[in-house]
Amino acid sequence: MDKKAVLDPTTGLSCPIPITEYKNVLLAHGGGGRLTQQMIQRMFLPSFRNEFLEPLHDGAVVPFQGVRMAFTTDSYVVNPIVFPGGDIGALAVNGTVNDLAMCGARPLYLSAAFIIEEGFPMDDLWRIVRSMETASRNAGVLLVTGDTKVVDRGKGDKIFINTSGVGAIESGVDIHPKRVKAGDRIILSGPIALHGIAIMSVREGLEFETRIESDTAALHELVTTMLGASKEVHGLRDPTRGGLASALNEIAEAARVGISISEDRILIGEEVKGACEILGLDPLYVANEGKLVAFVDPGETDRVLAAMRRHPLGKEAAVIGEVVADHPGTVVMKSRIGGRRVVDMLSGEPLPRIC
Amino acid sequence: MCLAIPGQVLEIEDAIRPRMGRVRFGGIQKRVCLEWIPDVKIGDYVIVHVGFAISKMDEEEALRTLELFREVDGALEELKIPEPGDHRGGAWPTEGDTDAIR
Amino acid sequence: MRFVDEFRDEVLARKISEELHAITTRPWTIMEICGGQTHTIVKYGIESLLPVKITLVHGPGCPVCVTPLEMIDKAIAIASRPDVIFTSFGDMLRVPGSSKDLLAVKAEGGAVRMVYSPLDALMIAKQNPDREVVFFAVGFETTAPANAMAVWQAKRLGLKNFSILCSHVRVPPAMEALLSSRNHRVQGFLAAGHVCTVMGYGEYLPIAERYRVPIVVTGFEPVDILQGIAMTVQQLEAGRAEVQNQYARSVRPDGNVMAQHVLMEVFEPTDRRWRGIGEIPMSGLRLNGAYSEFDAEARFDLNEIRALESSLCIAGLVLQGLKKPQDCPAFGAACTPESPLGAPMVSSEGACAAYYHFGRVDFKFQI
Repeated sequence: MDKKAVLDPTTGLSCPIPITEYKNVLLAHGGGGRLTQQMIQRMFLPSFRNEFLEPLHDGAVVPFQGVRMAFTTDSYVVNPIVFPGGDIGALAVNGTVNDLAMCGARPLYLSAAFIIEEGFPMDDLWRIVRSMETASRNAGVLLVTGDTKVVDRGKGDKIFINTSGVGAIESGVDIHPKRVKAGDRIILSGPIALHGIAIMSVREGLEFETRIESDTAALHELVTTMLGASKEVHGLRDPTRGGLASALNEIAEAARVGISISEDRILIGEEVKGACEILGLDPLYVANEGKLVAFVDPGETDRVLAAMRRHPLGKEAAVIGEVVADHPGTVVMKSRIGGRRVVDMLSGEPLPRIC
Repeated sequence: MCLAIPGQVLEIEDAIRPRMGRVRFGGIQKRVCLEWIPDVKIGDYVIVHVGFAISKMDEEEALRTLELFREVDGALEELKIPEPGDHRGGAWPTEGDTDAIR
Repeated sequence: MRFVDEFRDEVLARKISEELHAITTRPWTIMEICGGQTHTIVKYGIESLLPVKITLVHGPGCPVCVTPLEMIDKAIAIASRPDVIFTSFGDMLRVPGSSKDLLAVKAEGGAVRMVYSPLDALMIAKQNPDREVVFFAVGFETTAPANAMAVWQAKRLGLKNFSILCSHVRVPPAMEALLSSRNHRVQGFLAAGHVCTVMGYGEYLPIAERYRVPIVVTGFEPVDILQGIAMTVQQLEAGRAEVQNQYARSVRPDGNVMAQHVLMEVFEPTDRRWRGIGEIPMSGLRLNGAYSEFDAEARFDLNEIRALESSLCIAGLVLQGLKKPQDCPAFGAACTPESPLGAPMVSSEGACAAYYHFGRVDFKFQI
């Protein structure tokens, strides 16, 4: 495969994406791993470059009349649209609320745009809408504007939902990868890989003895509790697509620090573990929807952890590792048998394997 | 090659060929082809690869394998391994060791 | 999980690691020929627990990586046909052919479906009588009986729309080819535990004897791998060259006779090209005469598909343990997991990919 610039026949301009990097968009470009990062770094960031986009955090922090506002957007295209523990509507609200929470913002207002495939059952739409109403009421956010489009049958996978949100950041709260520094402890709020496996269980027809449910939940109150215990929470990330591994790699990269974690401190449920074994999936790369990972000053860690454990969404919170000065940009894990290895960024789709 | 994990046989469907059964892995159950384990019984552990049981787990052998290295001190006397606690310093890697970065 | 967790026990792993440090007096090079074992080695950071004197070489144990480029191109050609539903294990979907991979075919509208078992592919054929269903039959002897079963069933059911694209490989001939190459460095082998679960380990006895190498049939959990390495080193230190069975809880000397029967009912040995190594006689499996109607290569007219390997790729040298991935000028530059130039970068069990993902920080501790 040669690396050649491609000349556009109409404009004569050379295409900045080398021809090796895929003529067509692949599923992996939306996977949250390396290819997603490449697309952002090589296409979106250079095209729209500005100081608010640069941090490439879950949400942008923009100034507005003396207040710092957080602004985020996310689209939800999951299939199946209904799964154990929730549906695409709950995801759409909680996911965007969480992106705002990861900026340290109090979520205030959401928008919702629907792209619905012709023929989609009205009952299903009712279910999703009710689900969104419940989720936004529980999260204390108002849905203030929206849009609806219907596309021809076959041109959309049942339903796609985009939600955008704005929130306000209190003064004294400064959550940003640049604040993450060597010595910070890394806290994970609970067991991983639930959401991804719940989805897979429907898709792949796996039967669990105890139902595995998605952990979709709004995390902003947990964050408020944490910030109430200490303002020295330097970084926050919710490990959604690409899993815990991708989230940690993103912070390591953005903050130019090394990260060191221990496999035996990462909680994984028995059945989730079994499902991952059977499918040949690494739980570190499986999506979560109601978990966060926090980077906290070492002196304040105990206090933040105690506060988290008092909250229902943080009762299994634990320190899984720390930020180090060595190997900047790289995440290293001590495996459960004591060996050490690099936890790389996700490459491509996390496909189940037989080999 | 190749991903195959042990699971416990819960049910055997004798009536059809190739013989199928229900196997539990952790908290998950899957339907598996048991045709190649003719003497399989409910409660046995089998190793399953791409939906087929390829062997029956020999529990005695499993325990023996685990015991083999638990008795390291006695078994390898003749090689004069050091007493536990009398190790060359720093033999077990700790978090504090520096890594060389390529 | 029972029979899994016990073999991931940290205390046991530590004990074996300490014992290894105690008994290793000379440098030894040991090869594992099994993608699953490579996976465990990198996932648990096993190399960081070994004494510096022990070098592990990741052999051509990933059937995905050794599938010839032409075969991938043939798969892509078949999958691109509108009348075909192409089914495959997940492992193969991301392997690039000369210009694209199966996932790209899917992106362009081809019916490419991932399955977990060849029986799933058979089910798809039954459910879609108006489409041709092709299954990409890749793998070692572990997977061959399952694929044979699917073909055998297809014949029994009189299915006319099912066929397999066969690229099966056998381990013992590959081991012999490596050992008979003049410059090889490998002194001991971990034999693939699940291949031997099916085939037994009789085929390795003449190899151990002829080439004077210890061969230890090894399992897949970290304690298994450490034990397998320890048993190999024990033999090497004592000057022995025998076949031993570490994975006795699953492997019997004769293997699984019924699985072998299905395999031999449907397949027969054939010469096969291994990507990065070249042709190894009798190292592959193909459908025999009675089942040749299920051969997708015959069923679909694939004009002589020839593929050119990158001239930069030094796969052959890496797979034999003569060079390390980082010795290759293309490593990490022109050749990455996202754009692999050759076999060992192609799947995460390939030597180069494993090194790329997991080995960039050096964890060897000096004893």
